Amino acid sequence: MTLLLLTQKRDDMNGPGETLDSLKLGITKRYGNKTVLDNLELDIRKGEFVTFLGPSGCGKSTALSIVAGLIAATEGEIRLNGARVDHLPPEKRAFGMVFQNYALFPHMTVFDNVSFGLTLKPLSKDEIKKRTDAMLKLVQLTGYEERYPGQLSGGQQQRVAIARALVLHPRLMLFDEPLSNLDAKLRVEMRAEIKQIHAALGLTSIYVTHDQAEALSLSDRIVVLRNGVLMQSGTPQEIHDRPKNVFVADFMGFRNFFKVRIASVSDGIAEGVGDGIRIRARAGADVRADTDMVMAIRPDDIHAGREVVSGAEDVNGRVEVVEYLGREQEAAIRINEHTRVWLRTAEAIRTADTIGLQFPVDKVVLLPAE
Amino acid sequence: MRAVANDEKSEFDGLAFLCLLPSLLYVLCMFVYPFLYGVYLSLQPQKVDGFSFANYLAFFSDPYQYGTIWITFSLAIPTTVVVLLLALWLAYGMRRGIFMERTVTTILIMPISLGVILLSEGILGFYGSQGWFNQVLLALGLIKEPFILTHNYAGVMLALFMQQFPFCFLMLLGYISGIDPSLERSARMLGATPSIVFRRVMLPLIAPGLAIAFALVFVMSFAVFPSAIMLGQPAGTTRTISIAAYQKAFEQYDMSAASAIAVVMGLCQLAALLVIILFRRRLSPAATMGVGKR
Repeated sequence: MTLLLLTQKRDDMNGPGETLDSLKLGITKRYGNKTVLDNLELDIRKGEFVTFLGPSGCGKSTALSIVAGLIAATEGEIRLNGARVDHLPPEKRAFGMVFQNYALFPHMTVFDNVSFGLTLKPLSKDEIKKRTDAMLKLVQLTGYEERYPGQLSGGQQQRVAIARALVLHPRLMLFDEPLSNLDAKLRVEMRAEIKQIHAALGLTSIYVTHDQAEALSLSDRIVVLRNGVLMQSGTPQEIHDRPKNVFVADFMGFRNFFKVRIASVSDGIAEGVGDGIRIRARAGADVRADTDMVMAIRPDDIHAGREVVSGAEDVNGRVEVVEYLGREQEAAIRINEHTRVWLRTAEAIRTADTIGLQFPVDKVVLLPAE
Repeated sequence: MRAVANDEKSEFDGLAFLCLLPSLLYVLCMFVYPFLYGVYLSLQPQKVDGFSFANYLAFFSDPYQYGTIWITFSLAIPTTVVVLLLALWLAYGMRRGIFMERTVTTILIMPISLGVILLSEGILGFYGSQGWFNQVLLALGLIKEPFILTHNYAGVMLALFMQQFPFCFLMLLGYISGIDPSLERSARMLGATPSIVFRRVMLPLIAPGLAIAFALVFVMSFAVFPSAIMLGQPAGTTRTISIAAYQKAFEQYDMSAASAIAVVMGLCQLAALLVIILFRRRLSPAATMGVGKR
């Protein structure tokens, strides 16, 4: 109900040019000789939830700060609805931002924190109170108005931070690893809340994280970065199921990589040989025989069974390590002196067992050699 | 035993007391005893037997004596305000680091290491009517008469400024650079211009540091002595309260009257501190809750 009201309100408030129809980035950032962002190009459409994903130091937070206007790009431009905005200071861009450490004003109450941005606008006291109260209700913090940030839990603080940005009806929301300071349980809850708020208010959001699960569950589109270079951009399904290179595959949980030479390609299936094993994968039209490539498969996708006597692509292996994960186990299996694979199985296996492995052809991805 | 753990806190803890003892002894011997002895001395005037407020009455009935309070305040307050504002301005500008920060900081804090006397000598030489400062301005034809910057009020102000500024600057720089930079960024994202960020976010957070800096600079300036003599007019416009006490003690050898003046001086400093504390509470109530700094 509250959500509905706020959505209504939001549409009334926004005059022409106040909303975001498209955001076009083409930015490069260098510190001295070091390039931290190498011509990151991106188009973001209204209502999209885009995530910058990558390990620390990949340039994702830098990119977000440049969009926010907190740091300047070395080269390139940012266009909002076709007009350049990269010369505007952050306060003129009307973007909202949520920080990793919440960045609440410690000397202000929850109410004053949330209403801070509103008090900078020509609004009446009643209007400010009405909008602040509605926002506090949305993030379930009614009754906490007079508390100071130091008196709130991490989750509550992050809610205040989100409310403080949302109350201004930002045309773009920027999230800088907002959940990384929360404990695991709260992180999952807040993740769902952010997703719900994004959808209910029809926001356009850019979200920065190093957590692939967070990226997968929240995003319409994921942009994977490495050392300032865009490695892959696509829907969560694309990134998850069809990574384009070893880096993305590794980041998305493919734990088994095989350096292979393509022995043959027929009927859209490539057979790779290397490291003493033979694996098959679905191949695109551009895959040629006698090229070096990498094949990868997730631990969960390897089928483990009883020892096999012989088989085209089935192999035997000896269990070296077993990690208990609760519902299943992750185990390291030695296939030969060069190769060890990780698999997940719900079946009981013990160290030193010999088991049979199967690499389902649909689950193996084919990647260019590094 | 565990169940009564809470009560143990209020019981006498021998080890803790033993650890406290050295500092306690130091404070007792070096501060409490001399201070109380001074108060006692001030109440035993030379020409009267037994306790009497005669010294205080004499001080407050002689304009030449009680006038020093006003003179000292009129030196200490403007100095403190100027020092604080300039230090705040500079430290705020340097809060995210600047080019050649170490060099700049070293130059700024150099005067601390030189000592008051050397500094005052230097000021006398440089800013005196025959000094470089006036010589250059005269040679350039910018002025016709030398600026009189020594042996007057301005000279003492100058000396006090140079003594206090580095210390105050360092203190504020440490305080301000300890404030989480993302607060500033988040305020900007919420639509605040840099001046609003300063006024509504940073200043309230800096306020406790400012109050402490003000208190320390003021107390030190109020006790001004060598520079008031060397660079001022110790018989006239810069006859500060410490000079009055010195004259009583070492020119008229009336320790009792000197102690009385010293007590008055202490009370003045205390009064100013109280005003600062009250003002600070009003300025930022939350900062006193210990959430001002992360």
